[in-house]
Amino acid sequence: MAKELKLMKGNEAIAEAAIRAGSDAYFGYPITPQSEVIEYLMAEKPHERTGMVVLQAESELAAINMVYGAAGTGKKVWTSSSSPGISLKQEGISYIAGSELPCVIVNVVRGGPGLGTIQPSQADYFQATKGGGHGDYHLLVLAPASVQEMADFIGDAFDLAFKYRGPVMILSDGVIGQMMEKVYLKEQVPRLSDDEIAEKYPWATIGKPASRERNIITSLDLDSSKMELHNIHLQSKYRQMEEEEVRFEKINCDDADYLFVAYGSSARICQKSIQLAAEKGIKVGLLRPITLFPFPKKQISEMADKVKGILSVEMSAGQMIEDVKLAVNGRVKVEHFGRYGGIIPTPAEVVDALIEKIIGE
Amino acid sequence: MTEEIIIAGFGGQGVLSMGKILAYSGIMQDQEVSWMPSYGPEMRGGTANVTVIVSDERISSPVLNEFDTAIILNQQSMDKFESAVKKGGTLVYDPNGITHHPERKDINIYSIEAAKKASEMGNTKIFNMVVLGAYLKVKPIVKIENVILGLKKSLPARYHSLIALNKDAITMGMDAVKEINKA
Repeated sequence: MAKELKLMKGNEAIAEAAIRAGSDAYFGYPITPQSEVIEYLMAEKPHERTGMVVLQAESELAAINMVYGAAGTGKKVWTSSSSPGISLKQEGISYIAGSELPCVIVNVVRGGPGLGTIQPSQADYFQATKGGGHGDYHLLVLAPASVQEMADFIGDAFDLAFKYRGPVMILSDGVIGQMMEKVYLKEQVPRLSDDEIAEKYPWATIGKPASRERNIITSLDLDSSKMELHNIHLQSKYRQMEEEEVRFEKINCDDADYLFVAYGSSARICQKSIQLAAEKGIKVGLLRPITLFPFPKKQISEMADKVKGILSVEMSAGQMIEDVKLAVNGRVKVEHFGRYGGIIPTPAEVVDALIEKIIGE
Repeated sequence: MTEEIIIAGFGGQGVLSMGKILAYSGIMQDQEVSWMPSYGPEMRGGTANVTVIVSDERISSPVLNEFDTAIILNQQSMDKFESAVKKGGTLVYDPNGITHHPERKDINIYSIEAAKKASEMGNTKIFNMVVLGAYLKVKPIVKIENVILGLKKSLPARYHSLIALNKDAITMGMDAVKEINKA
């Protein structure tokens, strides 16, 4: 059967794709610029299509703790919000990471700090990739750069969440959430039955049969020696992600003299900047991290040997640049260009910044 | 072919839906499209704009600083976007409510009295389709049959009876557009 073609907003595409990925439940609380996620789900009534539950919680705290509880039963659950709402969810996310439960959290980032603005931003990079809540943990972070990737990544995110038994974040922004593009939708994946869940996820708390000990889901252990072992185990998962899950896209890199590193909507803007730079005779490529954790360190390190300078383009005051600099380790010049507080840089501004900060006179 | 368009005017004029119909029309003829609205705290009477790109190739940035075509429907948008038209590009505007008319000599300028025509046709809601007709006369990037297909696809079935009226509005726009300046 041919895949279905639609014109959708990123927020609508991720909602529809989540239904089709066989998700069991969504718990959320509306906030601009991602309210279309819950609006779409409420209008679509997935309960009538697949039995999926959609619930508007009384707050972000309630929503993330509903995710925590439902994830404990081995169900495919997710939530979405935008920056201030994601900050509210951090306690729950840390507990979910500590308890090793799979779930997907979508952040359609807006400008901050505080309530900030409703316009697009990428200033939640640190929060998304370095933990976010308390304790030593990481989320696996996927950064879509198109409406198609909003749709494609939700299924991938569930697969990764269950592979690693941990929370996965889709880090989007107001541009990708609000824009409409063509999207090819996959066919419906059936939700797992309770028997299938019992067989696939022996850790799930779905009632204790006589045949096994009680499953306990907790992030608490007062015995520090056990807690250290638990932390070592968590860290081993993050190292495995770094080995197996790095995703990136290279555009125009083969004979580039300079390199943009950018993700999400900034990567789209940089693709236009590449064309504008070419008109001025400047050969610049783009390395787009698709996973922000694990970060494509090796690929950036390799590019550092081939180019004369790197510009990290982000809608933030310079967050991802720290990871780029660690990968480059001083071998070539690395500078940052960004706009903040909800201002989207134009493709021409990015080229001007490349000339001013990297190419020089 | 890549056509980068900004449509800008007041909220409630049908700016965003006009962009959506254009994007749907592009899809109907197998092209790549993007539709990026200004989604600020806009409301009826405030300003609204949308960037639409229709292309034969993969679309790079959905956010742009210059455009092949600007479709301008109020003075604030004229002040903001006249200068954003690429040299040799196109500006289509409704002179209704415009106090400072466009002055550039290096772009093609067309006017369409869409508010007036729509009111003559007895339905001010088809204003945006008159504008779309004017634009498509100047830049026939999508075929009218594909616009109609796009309308069918984007409108709920209960509004399909209005498609004929929309088609008339497009034809009206095509007939009524006037050339003001040739670059």
